Amino acid sequence: MKRKITFILNGSEVSIETDPALRAVDVLRQDLGLTGTKEGCGEGECGACSVLVDDTVKLSCLMTAAQLEGKKIVTIEGIARRQELHPVQQSFIEYGAVQCGFCTPGMVIAAVGLLTANPAPTREEVRDAIGGNICRCTGYQKIVDAVEDAARKMREGHSGG
Amino acid sequence: MRKKSALDGPRLDALSKVTGSERYSADYYPEKFLWAGAKRAMIPHARLLAVHTDAAEALPGVFRVLTFRDVAGSNRVGIVRNHQPVLVDAIVRYAGDPVALVLAESKEILSAALDLITVDHEPLPCIFDAEEALKDGAPRVHEDNDGGNLMRAVSLCKGDPDAAFGACDAVAEGVFETSRQEHAYLETEAGWARVDDRGVLTIVASTQSPYRDRREIASALGVGEEKVRVIAPYLGGAFGGKDGITVQCLLGAAALCSGGRPVKMWWDRRESFLAGVKRLPSRMYFRLGAKRDGTFHALSCRLYFDAGAYAGLAGEIMTMAVEHAGSAYRIPNVRIEGYCAYTNNPVGGPFRGFGVPQVTAGMEQAVDTVAEKLSMDPLELRRHNALRQGDRNCLDIELTHSTGFLECIGELLEHPLWKDRQAWKASAPKWKRRGCGIGCMSHAMGYPAAVPDQATARLKLKKDGTFRLYSGVSDMGQGNSSTYARIAAAILDQDAAAIELLQPDTNHDLPSGSSSASRTTYTFGNAVIEAAVVLKETILRCAARSSGYDDIDAVELLPGRVRVKESGRFIPLSDIAGLIDDADRSQKGYFRAPHDDSTLAVLYLGAHVIFSYGAHLARIEVDILTGKIDVVDYVAVTDAGKVMNRCVYDQQVQGSIAQGIGFALMEDYLVREGRQETGDLATYIVPTSVDLPDMISIAVETEEKTGPYGMKGLGEVVISGCLPAIANAFHDACGVRITRSPLTRERVLSALGEREDER
Repeated sequence: MKRKITFILNGSEVSIETDPALRAVDVLRQDLGLTGTKEGCGEGECGACSVLVDDTVKLSCLMTAAQLEGKKIVTIEGIARRQELHPVQQSFIEYGAVQCGFCTPGMVIAAVGLLTANPAPTREEVRDAIGGNICRCTGYQKIVDAVEDAARKMREGHSGG
Repeated sequence: MRKKSALDGPRLDALSKVTGSERYSADYYPEKFLWAGAKRAMIPHARLLAVHTDAAEALPGVFRVLTFRDVAGSNRVGIVRNHQPVLVDAIVRYAGDPVALVLAESKEILSAALDLITVDHEPLPCIFDAEEALKDGAPRVHEDNDGGNLMRAVSLCKGDPDAAFGACDAVAEGVFETSRQEHAYLETEAGWARVDDRGVLTIVASTQSPYRDRREIASALGVGEEKVRVIAPYLGGAFGGKDGITVQCLLGAAALCSGGRPVKMWWDRRESFLAGVKRLPSRMYFRLGAKRDGTFHALSCRLYFDAGAYAGLAGEIMTMAVEHAGSAYRIPNVRIEGYCAYTNNPVGGPFRGFGVPQVTAGMEQAVDTVAEKLSMDPLELRRHNALRQGDRNCLDIELTHSTGFLECIGELLEHPLWKDRQAWKASAPKWKRRGCGIGCMSHAMGYPAAVPDQATARLKLKKDGTFRLYSGVSDMGQGNSSTYARIAAAILDQDAAAIELLQPDTNHDLPSGSSSASRTTYTFGNAVIEAAVVLKETILRCAARSSGYDDIDAVELLPGRVRVKESGRFIPLSDIAGLIDDADRSQKGYFRAPHDDSTLAVLYLGAHVIFSYGAHLARIEVDILTGKIDVVDYVAVTDAGKVMNRCVYDQQVQGSIAQGIGFALMEDYLVREGRQETGDLATYIVPTSVDLPDMISIAVETEEKTGPYGMKGLGEVVISGCLPAIANAFHDACGVRITRSPLTRERVLSALGEREDER
């Protein structure tokens, strides 16, 4: 049943022996202890389990462990570099985009994914990009403010990412 | 109370949340743990004849299957009425009732085992409507309930409403229905539990009420209260839905039968929707009468609230609705009757607003109807009738605390989005109609008079010279614990980073009530202030004496150290800590909120004395081809006292508006014959980032003299304005009223069609 699966996780190669049919979110959380990736619905509706797969935002509750094979995976734990927060994380803190925080890792991943593809999004583009991430606390306004601010910071050359 | 600016700055919990390192109840996978999960009845009303667990128990990887026979205590929970089974032993009363509990080695095995459990049952007649449930001959949900299906009835009468309506020049009448709203917090119900070597059952759970839970767990499971410990990490959202038992007793029952292994439970979204509590659906009959000049003269309301299968706090929620049905208006003649009924529907429970969003929707639409009948400006009509400090409310209770309702309305009257509304409406594009609506509200803070609203905080100077603050009230995401730390830091003149904050743990022995009722910052914050003031004095006294002074004014507290004023010498706090005995390094603060016991005669559990207020404006655009309503602009004016931290303040305002717009436009947890039809986030729709506008939040900063830094409750007041503002805006746009919410596209098209038919 178990199989060896090798992939790049937050910058380091990992190999795990696991059931390839398991959901990626369970492998990340339970087997690898990366509980920063959350699960809010298990059906691809809420975005809490978002991770970056080869720099693209994917839902880890809809992926199997087998689909991690050979991929470059970044979870919320891999967004900050050493001691330095990513500008998106910094802006989330400064702009009050964090309340209960359970959607936050997925939101940050979605925002990082957006800014990688589109460094200067309009407010509407930010709203569209996080449209698949449900937040029940904030009403999204401060999250959008934070992503816009992070985009500004990144264009002005803050490293972090 | 100096250095208010020290309360500013980002939330202290944001860093660990934004990096993913914060551990919620769902994030624990203890060594050698077992997964626990409940088999749900999936039938709305039946006599349980047998539970067949053999096949599940035979499945490899299944550790145990438990039924009610394995629960040693009362097997019952319930805050007011202790009658909800942990595991059903006789009667199933709604589809989410649990009939068996499985412990398994993996989540996959757990799921397979749950599918193998079957029950024999004898179906019983069902009742699904609260008003019908109160009629003679309705099937009874609880045979032992004296009043049939009536769980609680509450009534108020002031003046002579019957005669008064005859003296009114305009009378608005309406029947309003509101939906069953699901909290849909991102973190579904979760936790883990273990019995340790000393026989202590420790439960880590996503809960708003650890201290009350401990009592309920102990009695339900037959364990001494001293043998139960409840820990509440940061919650991934709650909004009232975790104010009471969810996973706790099931986890406890499982841990008591797991052979010492830890057990973990995490409801998936469908189970959370099925078994979690909901905002009580309502049917409300409103009648509001006014004199020709707009003066309100009489109000009569009859409210029916659907409690679902068990009492929970439903009767208290309905009572709160009765207290708020007349909102914050001066009305001399009032009759309000409220009825809360058992049905075989999902269990109703607390949800941000606690009954007030329902009645506010009814009252504010009635107010608009009166304005229309009198050809008056609806906002001027509200201003004319708004209560001021010193006035008497619908319960005939004098408002002695801060009352900024009039100021809130005044802000809207001057707002450009209000003043320019006619021009904006007139410029609607083709196939669109535009409308501007008002919704005003009040919301009581804290518990009613009969329930002491109190808190005890503990603050400790550690040996290393930093501080530790023990929170007694859960942080479900509103940021109260960060505020507690900042209050302590402000009073102690320390950097907030020097305050270590511990989340609630019943071992800290600081019962401080639940994280609810817009009370968390007010009540516990006041307790933190007292603890900090006492600790500061302790530190200064010690520093002064050790420096040869009797007067504590000879020294001053600074970040990390004390300065001796005369000599300019600095003493590190770690040195001071070494001079104070352990008991005195830890100081407690206590606070009980103001209450008026004379109101016990007026209302069940007594009335409230401190209220927050608000006035909202919504501008909407209605697509008359598709029925879609867009909220284009939203202004929320709020009187929640002084603002302690503007960012945290607006978080509450914006988040409340988001849930309020959801309640108004889309959120409706549908149940047909007791079975859920909107069991996931694909069918139960909550607002996303593209459904909401940027919102304008205006604070009317009255000073609540009893509040920490002049603040009062903010967590709930805002949500109540949204539905009426939007419903009134729809009427303004289309000339027809939709009295049943949410205002879905189907209802919009149907209302527009009916209006065409009338022409």
